[in-house]
Formats: sequence, structure tokens, C-alpha cells
Amino acid sequence: MPLFRAFARGVSALLHPGRADADLADEVRHYLDEAAAAGQGAGNATALRETVRASGWEHAVETTVADVRYALRGLRRRPAFTLTAVATLALGIGATATVFSVLNPILVEPFPFPDANRLVTLDDRNSDGVPMPATLGTYAELVARTHSFQMLAAADPWRPSLTGITEPERLEGERVTAGYFGLFGALPVVGRDFTPADEQPGAPNVVILSEGLAERRFGGARAILNRPIELGGDLYLVVGVMPRVFANVLAPAAAVWSPVRERPTADFETRQWGHHYQLVGRLTPGSTVESAAREILAVGRAAVPDFPRPTWAGLTNGLLVRPLQEAVTGSARPALLAITLSVLLLLAIASVNVANLLLARGAERHAELAMRVALGAGRGRLLRQVLTESVTLALLGGALGLLLAEAGVHALVAASPPGLPRMDAIRLDPTVSLFALALTTLVGVLVGIAPALAARRGGGAAGLPRDSRRATARSRRTRGALVVAEVSLALVLLVSAGLLFRSVRLLVAVAPGFDPGHVITMQVVEAGHAFDSGPARVAFYDQALDAVRRVPGVASAAFTSLLPLSGEVDAYGYERESAPRPAGGDDGDALRSAVTPGYFATLRIPLIRGRLLDATDRSGAPEAVIINERFARRLFGDRDPVGQRVRFGPEQSGAHAWDEVVGVVGDVKHYSLAVGAPNEFYVVNGQWAWVDNVETLVVRSSGPAAALAPLLQRAIWSVNAHVPIQRVQTMDGFVAASAGNRRFALLAIETFALAALLLAAVGLYGVISGSVTERVREIGIRTALGASPGDVVRQVLRRALGLTAAGAAVGVLGALAATRLLASMLFGVTALDPLTYGAVIAVLGAVAILAAWAPARRAVGVDPTVALRAE
Amino acid sequence: MDQPTTDVIQGTLDLLILKTLSLAPLHGYGIARRIEQVSRGVFSVNPGSLLTALQRLERAGLIDAEWRATENSRRAHFYALTRGGRKRLETEAADWKRRAGAVARLLSAEG
Repeated sequence: MPLFRAFARGVSALLHPGRADADLADEVRHYLDEAAAAGQGAGNATALRETVRASGWEHAVETTVADVRYALRGLRRRPAFTLTAVATLALGIGATATVFSVLNPILVEPFPFPDANRLVTLDDRNSDGVPMPATLGTYAELVARTHSFQMLAAADPWRPSLTGITEPERLEGERVTAGYFGLFGALPVVGRDFTPADEQPGAPNVVILSEGLAERRFGGARAILNRPIELGGDLYLVVGVMPRVFANVLAPAAAVWSPVRERPTADFETRQWGHHYQLVGRLTPGSTVESAAREILAVGRAAVPDFPRPTWAGLTNGLLVRPLQEAVTGSARPALLAITLSVLLLLAIASVNVANLLLARGAERHAELAMRVALGAGRGRLLRQVLTESVTLALLGGALGLLLAEAGVHALVAASPPGLPRMDAIRLDPTVSLFALALTTLVGVLVGIAPALAARRGGGAAGLPRDSRRATARSRRTRGALVVAEVSLALVLLVSAGLLFRSVRLLVAVAPGFDPGHVITMQVVEAGHAFDSGPARVAFYDQALDAVRRVPGVASAAFTSLLPLSGEVDAYGYERESAPRPAGGDDGDALRSAVTPGYFATLRIPLIRGRLLDATDRSGAPEAVIINERFARRLFGDRDPVGQRVRFGPEQSGAHAWDEVVGVVGDVKHYSLAVGAPNEFYVVNGQWAWVDNVETLVVRSSGPAAALAPLLQRAIWSVNAHVPIQRVQTMDGFVAASAGNRRFALLAIETFALAALLLAAVGLYGVISGSVTERVREIGIRTALGASPGDVVRQVLRRALGLTAAGAAVGVLGALAATRLLASMLFGVTALDPLTYGAVIAVLGAVAILAAWAPARRAVGVDPTVALRAE
Repeated sequence: MDQPTTDVIQGTLDLLILKTLSLAPLHGYGIARRIEQVSRGVFSVNPGSLLTALQRLERAGLIDAEWRATENSRRAHFYALTRGGRKRLETEAADWKRRAGAVARLLSAEG
């Protein structure tokens, strides 16, 4: 009750300040009148009112409001200072909050699975050490023979076509072993998980859908549960729906799952022995990544008769065991770390800049504060008021920064290269935002305290002028040092951006081994039982090519099963007739492209020796193969490869005829522009163990390639209206995407570097401008003594360039250390690239001159008589 | 008055106000005057402290304030003890007497 009364009185005083004041005035006047009548002097009415007023709790609120109002008024009076400080803070906070919001789910936050740190991926490695999926045979052997894993599961990419309804579409999906979802601790939101019974050969067709697909195509999870859908012409019963929250990090786009039905047998010419099964495991509590890798290596070296292995899945080198999170995010890590580093640099520059601005403001108001102390202002009150101003500034900057971050997160997600993991989990992180706000407030408090403390030390009015001048000199030195720091940090960022810029330029200039200009590609899928037989598939590709070639503007066209730079991998082991492989040995593997004969002409891949594939190479004819230069050297050294005989993958059983190498073509960058060409071989569609049902149409056009896409689609659908067409992309697009991670990092770091340059320029301008103001008298005297305008300008510029040079010297040292972290992202330049360093230093010098220009002009304009009179 | 006046002992002003008001409702200056008179000029009441204390006691619900018109000024608060104030006065007065007695005994104890 009393508490309520105190609260109500305070609120009432706050809401009706006029009435409260009048009441108090009456009370006080009455008291003083009575006292006066009794012949007692009781003091000053105003002071008395203030004393009483200060005792209520509402007074603290009032003074804070007054302080904030005063601070805002002060900030409004100096719009240049306020705008610069708030914009700087907003930039620093916005950039930091953006970057950490993006990084958190990718690099820091554990994946959203129970005991996510025990989840690992298991990969085979090709002869170049590049990780690749394992085989189902390897999976089966590991399940039976290892003890490091509580669970193991395998997932095989599966892209069924949704048929039997209007708008057929190709779906992303996986065939998974029954434990797959359980391994991630995930359960269907409705329906059931797969069971071992579903894996039995001959079991009914079942699928699990993603919640997204169920809602998009089938009216929701419950509506489609226990109903059949048609995939590729077959009926599948929907037995479950996975919830949206299930983060399927290994195949984020997967919308449909069915059980793996195959069993590995001793027949190696089967899909089960192909490298397309992604293995995941959940370690037992006692196991580590290393111990599991050791166990697999031991198992691999001790083969048992129960588990025969083909040479390409020999397991003798063990498997690559990696924590799931590392495997998924590893490729993005260098770019993201570089971006983190650069945003921290930017934040440091922003903080330094704000400190600089506030110090300048502190020096400017030093006299004001000293005067107020002399006039009897309470020091605590003064301190609180200066702090209020800093904190107000920080909060304004912080709020604006969070708005920036909100926009920045969207921009960054939009600009991110495809395949950056966990993008769906990225949003402006409330923790990060709070942290950024707290950080700026802290910066505000720390920086704000300095002038206030200086004012407290500042003593009486007698010491005022001298003291203020000394403080000014001290603050000038400090500010000079801060500018040096800013310039050096900016240099580190600029050098990083410069190196990346040069890398990307050099990278996109790399010859990919084919001519990407004027080439449009699209993936065509043969869906349904109409394409069950190989000859039917070949016939379709032939007819589709004929239709495509009739489209006006098409110069040449071909199909391929494997497109360079598309991310597709299809590798097979091999053997030579001339050099039988030692038993159990593994020579490595080569990428297979099943193509139609016009492929080389369409992509302009040069023929080095022998002949290209042509219409005579067809099913039934002697099997011809074309290999690339690298593979030719690897297989045959200096000998002429043409006429040599080789066998690949499933052909490597005694009965199969040898393929003859009929030609050698130039190397083509396959994985990325930065990675050397792999071993490659090319066969025609009819001369391989099967005919691929997904191939990419490659068309060279006489005009702009992208415009042709709708016409090409129509041409293909004129042959068969039911084939899904997807991934329509120009070859130039694939080339650009190949530099995607670097471009992404470049975009971010470039932005930060430009912001840093701007901030450093602002800092430099502030300091030079301040020093011109302080030295107006000196400049006036010099001018009076006959210094020319040129002398004055030189003097001002010398200070600016001196600070810049000092900053650059420190910055070069910092850059030498920092750019080492960039090393893995550089291409064609070293981290010490002199051209980059030289250019950056030149840019900084130019910016320093620009920043000093206006103050220098002002210095020239100083009128000696006015300047001398001013003191 | 020859005797030196002192400010009211820290912490006892509330007690003195409550005691004064227990006799009759008064306005602010009346309270000060009464304290000075009853203490025979030993205590002088600082107007700032008094008005602050009155505001505090009112907010604490120990006294009620009521506006009344006065002759020479327009109006003034007349303060009266509440039931809570009376209770508080009893406990505080008993407490004070106990302490004052103890202090007096200590001071009068001869070595």
C-alpha cells in the first residue's frame, strides 16, 4: 500500500509536472511566508523547491529525460559530428551483426541434432586425394566389421520425376538406408520411418516426403499420408512426412526419400559398387574421429572372403572420416573466416573513429565543462550528462546499425554462392544484435568518460585557459595516434581486398579448356517406363538433337552425361591392356562423359591427336574411347596413346572387350577453374554398360545464348512432352559460379575495405581540420611573415601524409601477417604481391591528400589580422 | 537565545514530525516551529529537510496531507497522522527511548 502510494505520487508528478510544481510552490511559499512573519529567514524559495523535488524517485527519471533531451539538443547543434559518429557506429555494428548472424549457424552453432558432435561423414578418396562418395559394398562391410559406430547410414542421390499429374517435375531426393533419419535423431511429423522390412527386395514401393513438398503439391502432410504418388511411372505409397525443421544438411534440397533396396554382391558391374553413396555415422560415446578412421584402416587392410572388393573400392587406404559439420561447411570456411576477420577490422576502425570524434568533441567542450565545474555544477551530474550524450549516440548508432544488419543479412544471403551450407538457418541473430548494442554502449561509455574525467580534474576557474590548452595538445597527440591506427587497419583491409580482387580477375581469365561463350545448357531427364530400354534412350537423345538443331540460331548441339564446372562427378577405375595392374592395386580413376559425337565441336574442346567420335561409333561397333591429355600422359607416358586399349569401371571383368583409344583431346577444367584438370575419358552413349537417363543438352548459338532457352525446351518437348527439363544455365554462368566462393568473399571484403577507407578518410579529415583550427594563429603569423599559400598547403598536407605514412608502415606489417590467412583463397598472386601493396599505398596517399584538401584550403584562406585578433 | 542551536539529529526528524503531529494536525512551518519551541531552541529545523521528510512520510502512508486555505498565503498542506503513522510512532518512540536511555547510562557511568 505505501509502495503504491509512492509510485502513484511519482507517476502523477511525472504526468502533471505543472500541477506538481504549483503544489510544491504553494507549500514552499506558505512555509517561507510563515517564517518571514515569525521573523525568521528560511532561505531561497527556488533552492528549497529544488531540494524537495530532488527527493522523489521521479526526479531521477526527470533528470535522465532532461539529460537525454540536452544530449539530443547538443547533437542536433552539431549535425556533422552527430551524423558522422552515428553513421560510423551504424556501419560498424551493422556489418558486424550481419556477418556474425550469417556465420553463427554455419561455423559456430552446432548442427541441430542431438549429440551433433558425434556425427561423422565417411568418404572414399580418388587417386588425387579428392573426397568422393563410397560404395554400398563398403557400407555393408563397415556395418558388419566395425565397432566405432552406434549407427551407420548410406544415402544415394535420387532424382525421380513426379509423373501422373499435371506439371510433371523432377524432384531432388535420396535413397537412404533404414537408419538414416534415426541417425540424425529425426522422426517423421506424421506417418512412420523406414524399417529394415522396407529394404527387402520385392517389398512394396514406399516414400517419405518433405513437409514442404507435401504442402506444395499434395495439400499437406495429412492429406497425402498413406496415399500413392507416381514417380517415374511407378506408384509409391507415402508412408511418412519429414518435418520442415529436419535440417538434412547432406542434401538440403531433398524432398523425397525411398529405401535403398540393393544388396552388394560379388558382381561388381552393379550400381552398388559405384561411388555414389554418402556414408554418415554416429560414433559410439567412446570413439573419436581418429579412432574410427584407424579402425576402418585396419579393417580395410585385412580383407575377408565374406566381403569381396573391386579394385576401385579397395579400402586399403581407409576412408576419410570427418565431423559432419566440418565436412558440410569446410569448403566455405576460408571465405567465411576471411570475411569475419575483415569485419572485425572494420569494427575496430569504426570504434577508433568514434573515439576520435568523441575526443575531438571532448577537447572542444573541455572549456565548457571546466566552466560549469567552476560555476558549481555537481561533478557526478556532469559526468552523468556527458555519459548520457555518449550512450545516446551509441544507441542511435546501434539502432541504425541493426536496421542495416537486417538489410545486410538479406543482401548477403542473396549474394551467397550456391551450395553455401545452412543458408536457410540464417537470420538476424537476437543474441548478436544485443551483443552489438551492448558493445557500442560500452564504447560510448568508455570514450565518453575521458572528457568528463578531464573536466573533473580541471579544477577551478584560475587554471582554466592554460589547462584547456594543455589538454588540447594531449588530445591532438592521442588523435594523431588513433588516425595512424585507423590508416593501418584500413590498409590491411584494402590489401586483402586487393589480393582477392586480383585472384578473381586471374581466375576468371583462366582458360577452362573449352569456349564458354554463346553456350547454353539444360539438363534433360528421361522419366517413366517409356525409357526403360537403352536403345529407347539413345533414340530419344538422337531425335531431340535433330529437333534442337532445327531451331533457328543453333550453331551446334550435343548431349553429355557430365558437364564441366557443374559440380557433377562420375568417376571410374580403369585398366590398361599393355600394363596389367598388380593384384589389388588401384591406379586411381577417371571421369566418364557419355556424349554424342558433336560434343567436342560444340564446346570447342581441341583435338590433339587421332580422331574425334563420330556417327560410326555406335552400339555394336568396336568400342572407341577418347581421353584427355593429362590422362594420356598418365596412362602411356610418352608413347602414342592412339590405338592403345583400356577398360573402365564395370567393363573390368575378364569377359568384356577392350576399348580402343581413338583420340586425345585437350584438358578441361572440371571441378573448378582453380583446380587442375582431372583424368577424363569420353565414350558415346551406345557403347557403355548403360545409357544415362539424365543428360545435359549443350548448344552453341550464333546469337545470345540465354535467349534460346525457351525455343530449345519447346523443341525437346515436341519429341516427348513428359521429360522434365531443369538447370537451364549458360556455360558462362558455370564459369562465373566456379569463382563463386572467392567472389562472395571479395564482395564482402571489398565492401568492408571501401567503408574502412571512407572511415579512415573521415578520421584523417577530422584530425587535419582540427589541427588547422588550433593553429590558425600560427598560420596567420606565418602568412604575415610572408609564407606563400603553397607553403601553407604544404604544411597541412605534410601532416596528413606524415600520419598516413606512419599508418601505412604499421599497416603493411599487419597485412603481411593477416593475408597469410587468405592464402588458401588466393589464385595466381602471392600474399606479398607488390603490385597490390603499391596500389593500396597509392590509394591511401591520394585519399589522405583529398581528406586534407579542404582544411588546407581553409588554412590558405586565413586572414592574418583576423587570426591574430582572435587570441 | 544564547544556547547554540543544532540541526536535528540524523534519523530523528521523522520521529519528531510524527510525535508533533500526534498532538494536532499542522502545516509545515507549524511543525518546524513546534519542534523548535518544544526543544527549547536546541533543535533548528532545516526547511528543505522538513519538507522533504513530509513528502517522504506522506508517500510512505504515515501521514496524510490535506490542502487548506490559509490567511496570508493561498493554501497550504495540513498534515495529520494516519493509523500507520501512529503505530510507527509508538515503535520508533519506544526504540528511541531504549537507545537514549542506554546512551545516557553510558555517558553517566563514571570510571
